[in-house]
Amino acid sequence: MTEPLERKAIISGVAQSAIGRRLFRDDLDLTCEAALAAIGDAGLQPDDIDGVAAYPGPIQGGPGFAGPGIYEVQDALGIDVRWHASGLEGPAQIAPIIHATLAVAAGLCRHVLVYRTVTESSAAADTGRLGIGAGSAQISGFPAFFIPFGAMSAANWLALYARRHMHEFGTTKEHLGIIATTARRHAGLNPKAVYRQPMTMEDYLAVRIVSEPFGLYDCDVPVDGSTAVIVSAAETARDLPHPPVRFNAVGTAMRARPLWDQWEDITTMAARDAAAHMWSRTDLTPADVDTAQLYDGFSFLALAWIEALGFCKRGESGPFVEHDRIALGGALPINTWGGQLSGGRLHGFGFVAEAVRQLRGECEARQVPNCEVAVVGVGGGPVAGCMLLTR
Amino acid sequence: MSTFFRPLPALEPRTAAFWRACRAGRLEFTRCVPCQYYIHPSRPICPKCRGRNLDVGTVSGRARLHSFTINHQRWYPGQEVPYVIGLVELIEQPGLRLMTNVINCPIERIEIGMALRVHFEPLSEEVALPLFEPELPI
Repeated sequence: MTEPLERKAIISGVAQSAIGRRLFRDDLDLTCEAALAAIGDAGLQPDDIDGVAAYPGPIQGGPGFAGPGIYEVQDALGIDVRWHASGLEGPAQIAPIIHATLAVAAGLCRHVLVYRTVTESSAAADTGRLGIGAGSAQISGFPAFFIPFGAMSAANWLALYARRHMHEFGTTKEHLGIIATTARRHAGLNPKAVYRQPMTMEDYLAVRIVSEPFGLYDCDVPVDGSTAVIVSAAETARDLPHPPVRFNAVGTAMRARPLWDQWEDITTMAARDAAAHMWSRTDLTPADVDTAQLYDGFSFLALAWIEALGFCKRGESGPFVEHDRIALGGALPINTWGGQLSGGRLHGFGFVAEAVRQLRGECEARQVPNCEVAVVGVGGGPVAGCMLLTR
Repeated sequence: MSTFFRPLPALEPRTAAFWRACRAGRLEFTRCVPCQYYIHPSRPICPKCRGRNLDVGTVSGRARLHSFTINHQRWYPGQEVPYVIGLVELIEQPGLRLMTNVINCPIERIEIGMALRVHFEPLSEEVALPLFEPELPI
């Protein structure tokens, strides 16, 4: 096997802004806070940064969704770049990180600032969480086949996936609950998590329903916050103040119709293809993974990622998560920061930050012992990207 | 089944024929003439054979419930809930699916795999929505 090009890149720095509910801060301000801290974490100066990348760029998304575009950030920080990219389409929210590995490997630049910023909590402070297309008289594009039927949220779309998984494999509501309650236990060990008070299975089952089988605790919590990651050329690793985190392999494939409703097997997701692609680029195996940071915008997504990454067979993720297997101290601790369910909806980048910190051994009470290999799987439905990181 | 405000699907170049056919009481999809593959959402090319010899095929309106969810969340203030969102698979082609609402069926009788038939709900002079009800009255 030719050495995967992503191994010519490392994560040299990571940082997050203040994270919380209703911070009412400018998204560019949050981004600059995270960016400067990440640059410092990498032992660099702002003028060392010569690339900028972000998800999703300045699109018209829901309120507080997009965050600032890369030109705003470049301008605010007063930096010159040799490479820059943002976009919505790609291997999920970590697409700009994966693209950055290729940019530094190709020699286009040496140190890329990659960020994801959300202010969805403050943006929804007056209205509550509205559905997609709420208030519109007319709907265009693919949502025209969803919104007129009241399928106004990914909560609805993925509830259909979860229900089908339950139907085919006997997965239960309690299995979803294990994802949520385990995340909450982990969040209790993370001072920056937004929901830290204990939550029992009884609490989980009693909460109001959103879209069956999902209740409120199956849905991630909108927050404000920015995560910044510095992707650097591997040859710069010896100058770092921290151990470098290395890209062992990335996965970006998608082998089915990229549509929520026409996806051929809705008990699986694009995660299946991205994960298979990732494993095809490495000699490491699922048995080598010390911690998995798996997208949990909805609880079911973490189950789907567990299957996609081959930690168990197709359909067996429900029984797999029983008996604390995915909790700290178990065979495969997942979402050790609390995930998006309890840590906050940082939209993919929270998992990256945690994987880096676990590999650097900085997680204190929630540290996975001797953490050498971490996998990050991000995205849901027909959107997925993943990466295998090592110390 | 609660009623709630249904925004109009825009009549766009690749979707207008679908919504207008629904308004005329027909469920129609773009179809590849050589493959007989129904292409939904409509595309100007067949993804199976890459052929461009396409026509329109009318289907029976019979379907199986592939999955469903009962929505309880108000996605805008005042929205009436709960309601049933279904993902139906039309009998003519595996994977040919529509997001819809299951109507005329008690919520507790809804189950994956049940046989359904289309019921067109007019929304404007040009648009109707394909909703689905049990094939046999419940």
